[in-house]
Amino acid sequence: MITFFKSDNFYRDASFAFTTWISLICVYFLIPDPGIHDIIQKVFILGLFALSLNILIGYLGLIAFGHAAFFAAGAYTLGLFLQSDLIINYNLGPYSIPIAILLSILISALLATIIGAICIRLKDIYFSFLTLAFQMFIYSIILALVNITGGDQGLMGGFPKPPFLGIDLGKPFDFYAFTIFISILVILMLRQLIESPFGYGLRMIRDNGERPAALGFNTQNHKLIAFIIAGAIAGLAGSLQALLDVGAYPEWAFWSKSAEPLFMILLGGMNTFLGPLMGALIFEILNDFVTANTRYYGLVLGLVILVFVLGFKRGLLDWLIMKIERK
Amino acid sequence: MELVSFLECLTSASCLISQTAGGLKIGMLLFLVASGLTLVFGVLGVINFAHGALYMLGAYFSWQVMNSTGHFGLSVLLGALGVSVVGLLFERGLLNKVYNAELLIQILLCYSIVLILDDLVMIIWGDEFLSSIGVPEIFQIPPIFVLDAIIPPFHIAIISISLLLALLLWFLMTKTRFGHLVRAAAVNPNMLEALGINTTIIRASVFVLGSFLAGLGGALASSMGSIVSGMGNSILIESFIVTVIGGMGSIGGAFLASLIIGMARSFGAVAMPLFTDGLMFLIMVLVLILRPQGLMGEKK
Repeated sequence: MITFFKSDNFYRDASFAFTTWISLICVYFLIPDPGIHDIIQKVFILGLFALSLNILIGYLGLIAFGHAAFFAAGAYTLGLFLQSDLIINYNLGPYSIPIAILLSILISALLATIIGAICIRLKDIYFSFLTLAFQMFIYSIILALVNITGGDQGLMGGFPKPPFLGIDLGKPFDFYAFTIFISILVILMLRQLIESPFGYGLRMIRDNGERPAALGFNTQNHKLIAFIIAGAIAGLAGSLQALLDVGAYPEWAFWSKSAEPLFMILLGGMNTFLGPLMGALIFEILNDFVTANTRYYGLVLGLVILVFVLGFKRGLLDWLIMKIERK
Repeated sequence: MELVSFLECLTSASCLISQTAGGLKIGMLLFLVASGLTLVFGVLGVINFAHGALYMLGAYFSWQVMNSTGHFGLSVLLGALGVSVVGLLFERGLLNKVYNAELLIQILLCYSIVLILDDLVMIIWGDEFLSSIGVPEIFQIPPIFVLDAIIPPFHIAIISISLLLALLLWFLMTKTRFGHLVRAAAVNPNMLEALGINTTIIRASVFVLGSFLAGLGGALASSMGSIVSGMGNSILIESFIVTVIGGMGSIGGAFLASLIIGMARSFGAVAMPLFTDGLMFLIMVLVLILRPQGLMGEKK
């Protein structure tokens, strides 16, 4: 039996999570700037995406280069489900959004099970290439199935967002509070997972090569479960992004989309649990600031990455923690 | 799936010949670029994500020389040589600092160069498409007809140049002292250093050679299509596919894989026009599952 949940610091973490959520609700009313609200909710969506990838990169040492496949799977599942006739035929009405989100997570997890089972047999760069190849294969399928996905135009025509439990995602505040709540909840669960015996099992696989297997530890099993969880969370992030943009786009399955969470992990730090979330914050602020001032976003982002790769040699949160511990 | 037109093509000599010739052209041009990538990986152990950006630079450089001199051969040669210089600066200035770093760091360093170069060419040459430098005058003649199949003479020239370079590369790697040293450096650089060989120079020259091949590919491509920032991305992915299918570090494997991909693209365009890329990735997935070390790679 593998233990996935550890409760030593659960109440501390949970109160921290809840306080953060309440504070961000306060921020919404204290700073009535839709631009700021937009950045904050995007940071959480992208943060979920980056945190999920960091299960593989930071804790397992596997450089997955096709993570956007699951992001896109979540986004397209949500969009296609909400556009489908199922909602009217089964009179799902107020339940349609929760069902759509759960379905996105499920489909992404299913896809991650198939892709993961094949990919984890390979190591190092071969693993990276196989994940990349699968993602681009899925990208090609999205482009080819024009009748269903809208091809390179993306999923057009929008979809309804019926209110549920008094939450109307069409209203900016409801969307803001809901997205951040869901994200924080999942991050809290992920924190428990990472601190559980299962999470330490992942670190052991990363640090000790063949040894865990020699000790009778089922490494493949651990890798696959981690891959599925990472894919499911990426799918959730994709479904939230689709809800925000009321659509889904093939670029979300392109390889450059997989590079984004890599940047966030680099910028924020891969060895601190919340590093990727910090990275998402830096990435979004940089994105917002640079695109407002220059057309040459890639140039600035490239130079920033160079500074982090050759200068700090680690993410910001990792760097700060190193400085604090040295004192 | 356009099965009918695919079957029609397979049973018609003219379609068969023209698609094969087209596949050869795509495959051989791809080989030029991909052989540089696989060579660099074999010796330096680094997946050069910036390889496609170097290809793009080759196209821009040759366009610049063509606009100043109007000489085709000169523009292709100077384009490729210019990229070699950029490659040398990149390897000496940045890349050598991450040889022992983690894979993620190497990927991100190279990717940052892609982002920077993509924007730099826009700043220098503008973000509009630049028109192709065109085919040299001697090839501006009516196409050759083989059994009703139309084959542009310039494509034959491209195929021949690439084949010649493949031969030269094979000769360089297997018959010369430099080639022996490079292959030794790929297997055991420490031993080579203990024998008094300067592996730093070998690494740098391999990277320069790899850059030259990328630049040459880009310069030749600029004669057949328009030039734009970001044009290196698709050739980068295709080169990855070739490198993986052929076996990472294997130049012979890259040659075989380039032919396979060239044919898959050419005939795939007839059979399933919307899914040509998907076909390539499918082949890559299958090879990685069934034979992870690649068709001609050595099992570790």
